[in-house]
Amino acid sequence: MSEEARVQKDFTNAPLCLSGKGVTKIFGFGNRRTVAVDHVDFEFHEGEFVSIVGESGSGKTTLSKMLLGLSNATEGEIFFQGKPRDISSGKKKREYWKGIQAIFQDPFSSFNTFQKIDTVLLDCIHMRGGKNLSKQEKFDMMTEACHFVNLEFRELTNKYPFELSGGQMQRLMIARIFLLKPKILLADEPTSMVDACSRATILDMLLNLRDEIGMTIIFITHDIGLAYYISDTVYIMEHGKFVEYGKADEVILNPKAAYTKRLISDVPKIHEEWDLSTVDLKAE
Amino acid sequence: MGKAMLEVKNLKTKYVTRFHEDVYAVDGVSFVIEEGKSLGIAGESGCGKSTLALSMMGYYFPPLHYMSGDIIIDGKNISGMDPDTVRKTILGTEIAYIPQAAMNALNPTQRIIRFIEDVVRAHDPKKDKKEIRDMAEARFAELGLPPEALMKHAVELSGGMKQRTVIAVSTILNPKVLIADEPSSALDVTSQKMVIKMMRELMEKGYIKSMLFITHELPLLYNVTDDIMVMYAGQIVEKGTAQQMVFDPVHPYSHGLMKSILVPEEGTRGHKLTAIPGAPPNLKRPPDGCRFAERCKYATADCRYTSIPEKAFEGDRMYRCLKGVEELKEVYGE
Amino acid sequence: MKNTLRQVFHSSKFVGGFTIFVLILLTMIIYPLFNPGNPLQQIGVGTFAKPGTYVNLYDATKAPTETFRLEDAAEKRMANSLSEEDKVAMVEWFTAVEADISDLDTSDTDKMLEMWEQYYDPTVKPKGMIRAKINYYKRLDNALKELGSGDTVIIADKDETGALVETKKILDTDYVNTNAVANVKSLPLGTDNFGRDVLKELVSATGTSIRIGLIAGIVATLIGLTLGLLAGYVGGFLDDFIMFITNIFTVIPGFVLLILISYSLGQEQRGAAVVATVIGFTSWTWTCRSVRSQVISLRNRDHVNLSKLSGHSLFRIVLTDILPYIASYVVMAFILQVSSGILSEAQLSLLGLGPKTTEVPTLGLMMNWAMLYSAHTNGSWWAYFPVILTITLISFSLNLMNTGLDQVFNPTLRD
Repeated sequence: MSEEARVQKDFTNAPLCLSGKGVTKIFGFGNRRTVAVDHVDFEFHEGEFVSIVGESGSGKTTLSKMLLGLSNATEGEIFFQGKPRDISSGKKKREYWKGIQAIFQDPFSSFNTFQKIDTVLLDCIHMRGGKNLSKQEKFDMMTEACHFVNLEFRELTNKYPFELSGGQMQRLMIARIFLLKPKILLADEPTSMVDACSRATILDMLLNLRDEIGMTIIFITHDIGLAYYISDTVYIMEHGKFVEYGKADEVILNPKAAYTKRLISDVPKIHEEWDLSTVDLKAE
Repeated sequence: MGKAMLEVKNLKTKYVTRFHEDVYAVDGVSFVIEEGKSLGIAGESGCGKSTLALSMMGYYFPPLHYMSGDIIIDGKNISGMDPDTVRKTILGTEIAYIPQAAMNALNPTQRIIRFIEDVVRAHDPKKDKKEIRDMAEARFAELGLPPEALMKHAVELSGGMKQRTVIAVSTILNPKVLIADEPSSALDVTSQKMVIKMMRELMEKGYIKSMLFITHELPLLYNVTDDIMVMYAGQIVEKGTAQQMVFDPVHPYSHGLMKSILVPEEGTRGHKLTAIPGAPPNLKRPPDGCRFAERCKYATADCRYTSIPEKAFEGDRMYRCLKGVEELKEVYGE
Repeated sequence: MKNTLRQVFHSSKFVGGFTIFVLILLTMIIYPLFNPGNPLQQIGVGTFAKPGTYVNLYDATKAPTETFRLEDAAEKRMANSLSEEDKVAMVEWFTAVEADISDLDTSDTDKMLEMWEQYYDPTVKPKGMIRAKINYYKRLDNALKELGSGDTVIIADKDETGALVETKKILDTDYVNTNAVANVKSLPLGTDNFGRDVLKELVSATGTSIRIGLIAGIVATLIGLTLGLLAGYVGGFLDDFIMFITNIFTVIPGFVLLILISYSLGQEQRGAAVVATVIGFTSWTWTCRSVRSQVISLRNRDHVNLSKLSGHSLFRIVLTDILPYIASYVVMAFILQVSSGILSEAQLSLLGLGPKTTEVPTLGLMMNWAMLYSAHTNGSWWAYFPVILTITLISFSLNLMNTGLDQVFNPTLRD
């Protein structure tokens, strides 16, 4: 990770990669109707590292499912590279999924425990149209991908994912993304289930992915400190709405929305005093 | 130096797996918590911190087994007691334990007051309902919890409120030591803050004499406890005050851990996170030498084969590394 | 995989059930090798011959004899011919003549006979005893005298003139080696109402019943699994539709449906395979329901989402990402279906709605026959009790295997 990468870049003029207008998701009908995502607008640019921050129940996972095309929006439209996204048929969906991929929260449930690691990686090569490559070429590609995430492919062949640690599995997920080279990577809390030490490694690798492949990374998290550390742009989500968004520095160091202010003040810090005096224990 | 409330001496416990293999989860842990003090334990998952909490209650059931060592609570040695005696005489009055999912332990068909009655009557069967009710209401009022919650069912309370209620219920008999194992990790930040505030009040008002707080969230630990211990592979690798541990760690592992703290504060974006490669050793066959040697950047051949003793320095501080304090600080400075 | 198998065979319950089941299967395979032939062949003319070894009397008279003088031979002979009824009658006589019977032991034949000699007097007519009874005692006395007399049995043949000529004399000390007798038939479980060897029939019936159970289990599991996978994974309208059908099948008691279908098929159509298929067709519902609920919880797992994102087809996702996860569960459901299939066949056959009676024996049919010929009221326990025991053992072993598997695959039940 180069030091320049940490400088706040301006993405406002970069080409749009994924954007949405009035995207809404409603579950249920009548009395049991819940609005999970409520008319959100967003613009993610090419090469941007975006964080969507929200507490549990804020609708961030529902939004991510819609961005991935795993569920349909009730209302509103999502644009992929400036054009309206069409995922009406299986074939069109498959085409869209060549452009967007995901890493999920729980590495232990992200792998099919009955498939060997080779199968997982080979599958990615085949998806990129590498079916007719020679065995050696495929092997080289897999070795390169594993090398990118500091794993040794030779040690992983014929192993099952559950023989690895959580951190290693999550790195293997990144190797998968490295092989697939999608335009957008959606990372749904990829570090919340790994240890602090592995977390640093994974974050480093995500930044490398962005810098080397020029991917747009949408990082979904509940940890505002983490979002501040890693992202260019931060979207704060509350009850299905974006209450505030902007450059990470501006949003975190100078929050405007009341919710963002509260969120930041509720997180324990190490240099500033963590003010407990205002806490009311009677509140629900 | 204050009176020692909880003293653990060279505690060793193990798990026995389905295939009758021993896993040495807590391997020679010693520490003291004085009256009015709180101690935090940090470490990654699988380092033995939750096992340590379970072991300290003296309440062993398979697959966890006691091996050796002493647990002394306010001068009373509870190690080696049979689980039934521990349950009747120790839990609730001497030690209270709050696991991460404590709030899910509440029976949804009972009112909160019933749990308090259960706890009180386990130690004093003669107490009548009115007395218990008054006592519970007074305690809830003192802690700033709504007394109406007493007559509610667990399902009617929110997650954060449930967790606070559980803490209030389990400390109703003023235990000497409160062991909290990730009490706020399943909650959102606002509820977490309330839980922490409540635990602080319990300490300040003297309802609990000392506290052991276990979490993997370092900024939280820094704000809650007086001292911090870092555990790695079943052993303590470093101990010191919260201030010293966060800003001036000595052991390479705790150094890495502290450098991975992420908080929304100015300047965080600039600093580089320390990544520690590799995975902790298998505790079925712990290595002879330093347990961190395989992952340590500064390890030498000696580290791998010499068993490392706990070394005291700067008064109360302790660390477990072959290298000297000055030597380590010098390497970090580069 | 290897580890899982190791765990399965570490479970004492599974190993216990598995051993019993394998022993039953081995008996099914090995027994016909020693005792070949049609299990439904009627060897006896009468009904319900008692269990035991039968020696051909014709051959026995022709076999070379040996003479043994055994002390208790006469006593045993008498004990064998003295029926319980006679003993009761004797005790009645003793009471009538006011003999001291306070320490009389009816199983001690010697003592009984001794007392009989002492107290019986044909001239005495106890008060209130009817004439027929008195005559009965006379006959009994004669019979007893004959037993003790050591008379010989004479075998005679007609000569040219038609007169009887003694050809062989059989003394009460003559013995014949069973090996020297040409025809000895061992019937460990006797014969049934048609005079068929029950043991041979039972072994054959066990085989048929297990086969019926397997077919029923396979049919039920296949239907339930397919519908459950589709309903759970595809969801939406298809789920609603399949669940509607399943609910209908669940609400109508399966057994009633089974009876109706079996009845409408008619006796001639009901081969063992047809009955098995019908049983399978009426019992798939709960496999379907539980597979569906498992699939629904798997459907939202991240690895399924990732597989979708990799562009895999529905068929491939179901086959590689869902099926392996529920395989252990399906195996357990299958074992239970086999067990309940065997029981359903027994129930159906008991009602007379089982497979055609002329082709193969099944456990249910054996019970049906025993019941039709009142084996349970005339005390012919061997015609139905071994059958019940076999059914119990099979379903016990299968359920034990299932419990063992459950403990291995269901982490919450682990000790």
